[in-house]
Amino acid sequence: MRRVAITGMGAISALGRNTAEFAQALAEGRSGIAPIESTSTVQMRFQNGAEVKGYCHTPYFEDRRADFMDRFAQFAVIAAREAVADAGVQFTPELRETAAIVTGSCVGGQSTEDIGFQEVYKHARNRVHPLTIPKTMANAGASHISMEFGITGPSFTISTACSSAAHAIGQAYWMLRSGVTDLAITGGSEAPFSFGILKAWEAMRVVSPDTCRPFSKDRHGMILGEGAAMLVLEPLEAARARGARIHAEIVGFGMSADAGHITQPSAEGAARAMRSALRDASLAPEQIAYINAHGTATAANDPTETAAIRAVFGAHADRLAISSTKSMHGHALGASAALECVATALALRDGLLPPTANYSQPDPECDLDVIPNQARAAQVEYALSNSFAFGGLNAVLALRAV
Amino acid sequence: MSDELIQRVIKVIATTKRIPVEPVTIDSSFEQLGIDSMDAVEILFALENEFDVSIPDDEVRSVRGIRQLCEGVDRLLSAKSAGGKAPE
Repeated sequence: MRRVAITGMGAISALGRNTAEFAQALAEGRSGIAPIESTSTVQMRFQNGAEVKGYCHTPYFEDRRADFMDRFAQFAVIAAREAVADAGVQFTPELRETAAIVTGSCVGGQSTEDIGFQEVYKHARNRVHPLTIPKTMANAGASHISMEFGITGPSFTISTACSSAAHAIGQAYWMLRSGVTDLAITGGSEAPFSFGILKAWEAMRVVSPDTCRPFSKDRHGMILGEGAAMLVLEPLEAARARGARIHAEIVGFGMSADAGHITQPSAEGAARAMRSALRDASLAPEQIAYINAHGTATAANDPTETAAIRAVFGAHADRLAISSTKSMHGHALGASAALECVATALALRDGLLPPTANYSQPDPECDLDVIPNQARAAQVEYALSNSFAFGGLNAVLALRAV
Repeated sequence: MSDELIQRVIKVIATTKRIPVEPVTIDSSFEQLGIDSMDAVEILFALENEFDVSIPDDEVRSVRGIRQLCEGVDRLLSAKSAGGKAPE
């Protein structure tokens, strides 16, 4: 089996338009959470989100091309462009034919759908815009990335709610490892800030009225986010041979299903996903030093994730550094795991563990070292990135510093 | 708090949870009725529709039983009929 390197990274989020800005915000523990601007929140129980502030398709896309792309697909291409440029990939005809694209998205272009359906439901018009379907489909991100680079190899999208991008990156990793492909662009993108979607989240009563405080006693829920992150994956040896910069190595991937409740998380399910990732990577729990947590800051997730980490790591849990970067980039649903994978790779590469921002009070039910508020300098060899989705579908990536 | 209000709340709970009305009493706890967090969120949604009120998140965090639910709805209805805006 081949080793797999991350040679390119791209990120657009509330923390900035590129990976450098993302890294800078994580290093400073600076949150991108602010009043929502994309849609009205007048009748909403929450007002804050982690949006890509002031986003406009120019200068990224010509008007006519942007007409065909929901905001989530635009984010996917913007992040993929940065990742490909960062990797310094030169696409040959052969590489274009074999390269893979695996993306994750939870709601796809539902914002386009939400606005489109208002035409028939609210304005009593008799027609919906003809691009509603191709803009809404969750695979639009992968499709537009393929068109951007002329990639004609295996390309698909995975939708597993908040784990989407982790499942996507995991599939791409396995495809590289087993030799199915020699290059993959993989990650996730999301843009869920439309009135209807926000009202649906409001109804679940899991969104915080102020900010996102993972593992903090006074946490009041998640904060929705948006954006995209994409990675370029290549076989490690080939990447070294062409002199590519290697940000980090992906060494394992594990999945599990809770088979329990459609929304309540299960510590057993989460623990099984972490164990599965460790097994896939042939790692002992004691070799892990940092975990980028799922850490949504809901009442249910954080104690459950704490219990799962304690179950997997035993006494070593007290030596782990853990943080939830959702406190800064928000919960970008199907893009979250990709943003968090980039955050984890940056932590390994730069020797700087990102903090859990907005942390104010210890919670006895979340009694782990969650790197409160201040990034921590530490050279770490192995890390996990956790994602536990609604629907009980869990995915965990294991990364190694190179 | 009127008996009519209690019965309406109980009916909403039974209908939402798809259980008979009989075992649901003012003294039932969510735990006794097998009401989990997602059931509770659905019940709040149904109560908001039934009574035309808006139930704020922080009002419901500590609610564990039917009596607390009835008292909460009663409070919101009183605020509504007094012309005051329900606390958001």
